[in-house]
Amino acid sequence: MTEQQGRSESRLLRGAHRTLTGLHPVFESLLAGVVGLLIGALLMHLYGFNPWKAYIALFRGAYAGSYEIASSISRAVPLILTALTFSICLRAGMFNIGAEGQLMVGAAAAVCVALFALPTGLAQIVGLLLAAVAGAIWSLVPAFLKLWRGVHEVISTIMFNWIGRWLVLYLTIYVLVDPARSERSLSIPLNARLPVLVRGTDLSYGIFVAVAFALLIYFVLWHTTTGYEVRAAGLNPSAARYGGIRSKRTTLLAFILGGMAAGLAGATIVMGLRPAYAIYGGGGLPQLTNLGFDGMAVAMVGRNHPIGILVSALFFGGLNAGGRVMQFYGSNPVPLEMVRIVEGAIVLAMSIPELVRIFPTVKREGERFIGLLRRASLKARKGGDSS
Amino acid sequence: MSWNDILSLLRISLHAMVPIVLTAVGEIIGETAGLFNIGLEGILLISAFGGALGAEIGGPVVGLAIGMGIGAVISFVFALISTYGKGTQMVTGIGINLFAMGFVAFGLIALGAPGFRDVPKVAEVAKWSTPMGAMSPMIIVALVMPFVIYWFLKRTRAGLILKAVGETPEAADVAGININIVRILAATAGGVLAGLAGAYMSVAWMGLVTKGLSAGRGFIALACVVFSGLNPLLALLGGFIFGLFQALAEWIKTLPSKPIPSQFVSMLPYIVTLLVVSGAIGRVRFPKALGEPYKRE
Repeated sequence: MTEQQGRSESRLLRGAHRTLTGLHPVFESLLAGVVGLLIGALLMHLYGFNPWKAYIALFRGAYAGSYEIASSISRAVPLILTALTFSICLRAGMFNIGAEGQLMVGAAAAVCVALFALPTGLAQIVGLLLAAVAGAIWSLVPAFLKLWRGVHEVISTIMFNWIGRWLVLYLTIYVLVDPARSERSLSIPLNARLPVLVRGTDLSYGIFVAVAFALLIYFVLWHTTTGYEVRAAGLNPSAARYGGIRSKRTTLLAFILGGMAAGLAGATIVMGLRPAYAIYGGGGLPQLTNLGFDGMAVAMVGRNHPIGILVSALFFGGLNAGGRVMQFYGSNPVPLEMVRIVEGAIVLAMSIPELVRIFPTVKREGERFIGLLRRASLKARKGGDSS
Repeated sequence: MSWNDILSLLRISLHAMVPIVLTAVGEIIGETAGLFNIGLEGILLISAFGGALGAEIGGPVVGLAIGMGIGAVISFVFALISTYGKGTQMVTGIGINLFAMGFVAFGLIALGAPGFRDVPKVAEVAKWSTPMGAMSPMIIVALVMPFVIYWFLKRTRAGLILKAVGETPEAADVAGININIVRILAATAGGVLAGLAGAYMSVAWMGLVTKGLSAGRGFIALACVVFSGLNPLLALLGGFIFGLFQALAEWIKTLPSKPIPSQFVSMLPYIVTLLVVSGAIGRVRFPKALGEPYKRE
């Protein structure tokens, strides 16, 4: 073998190694997905369901045909956006778990479009803009509380989730209420709705809003100086500060973009998800609840990357769409809530970077502990002898 | 507002205070050692559910014990992930919350009752009749526990070890303390209190389980911890303030005149939390190593 051959071979190996390490996150996400599904299966088994049949029903309901896939994508739309909310702030080094409240406020703002008579096209744009602005405002208050008063964003965004929920409930019942039907808000007028994209399914033009925003975030974060600063501040805040990056600006930018995404998510639901086209107040805003938290799961599995999020949202959207089929599946109707158990288990598995390495450590520490006990008992016995 | 109104308001706020104080004091133990668990909401929910089932089978004491056991187990797993697993604590907590929401909602439906499950009267912790009305004995536990934990953290050797592990794990490690084991023990002990709080809600206070039973109390307890600056006695005060505002919200809802829409009253405790936290944060200090997994250099 000549020297050149050897060199090219080692380059090949290095390339393969690099690809493998590059794929490592993908494997980790897949592993977490499998762990989540297994835990779900275990629980279903314990409660007397047949997990195998349930998952077959679920995945058939999610991906078996064009209708199913379109439904899955329609469920993925708000998840893409709320996942972006979480990810962009995490990229900037902060935990914005306020997508839940920002989404509700955005939805209420989008309903305001029903108050004006606007031509088609303009109406959609105004509705989306209102929602984005409302979401951004709801997100900015925690950002300012963090910058001015040092309030941790986890605490403030959680509080704003609850305040937002009650505010939107109030608006739905008293201000934006449909005079004819007191249980819901005004309905988005026909010409202001996001049109259905695939006839007979729930999939609307909202998917374009979500994908466009994901691409926008990708472009901003990886192809602009400001985005570079946001990521630098997230990776190492003190180094970024020494490097002249103004962390206040990156914080505000991340929260504004995140809030806009969550607000838009609310808009895609009230403007684009048939048959409601309005906010229902009964039972505490059921259509708008938990999408923010589900978005965090999507973001984690998507490795907080806009493109990863698109893929992972399709998976979680499929879980949700398929779960709706699963719960009515003949002899084995598993409640839809199963899906959230799987999501929680997936997030738990995602949070453990050393999932595989945990076992030897437990064994080693256990042996150390037993050794300590043995020595202590030996000492006690010796003490007893000498007395 | 009559004297009776004030008494009943006080009674309701004392009852509402218990879960917040117990959870907050438990979290203080964990945070002193350096673990930040935002999965408290989930722990409350699952232990309320498990506690109710346990009480149906074996009576109130079994219910409370099962709640504590569930709290301990979940916190143990959380601590294991956060120490040996080197996990991101925030994400683990979010995972616990998601899992709990699904688990309890699923469990309630799978066991037959869609949405809620009543705890039979005989299985509830008996309330004592006092001049103020029926009071749960658990209020005494919530009033005493902060003092016990305060004494433990400030006056015992074990409490100092916890503090060392949270402040400067490197130094504690050199002094021969096993950081990870101490953190796991602290979080598990804290989890016992959170589990007790959860079981209290279903077995002693409300007498039922719903999928939304915890209603943000885990998060309010977190805010209360921030407000207290890891001082259990201030956590007791904070817990009482939050309990009082919840009671006020419920009370104003029952007024025939409805001076303000009830949604705004329900918002109040969260707004107060924000005000308290943004006012109080300037002077509180947290352990340096809070939220960071310990890695030996």
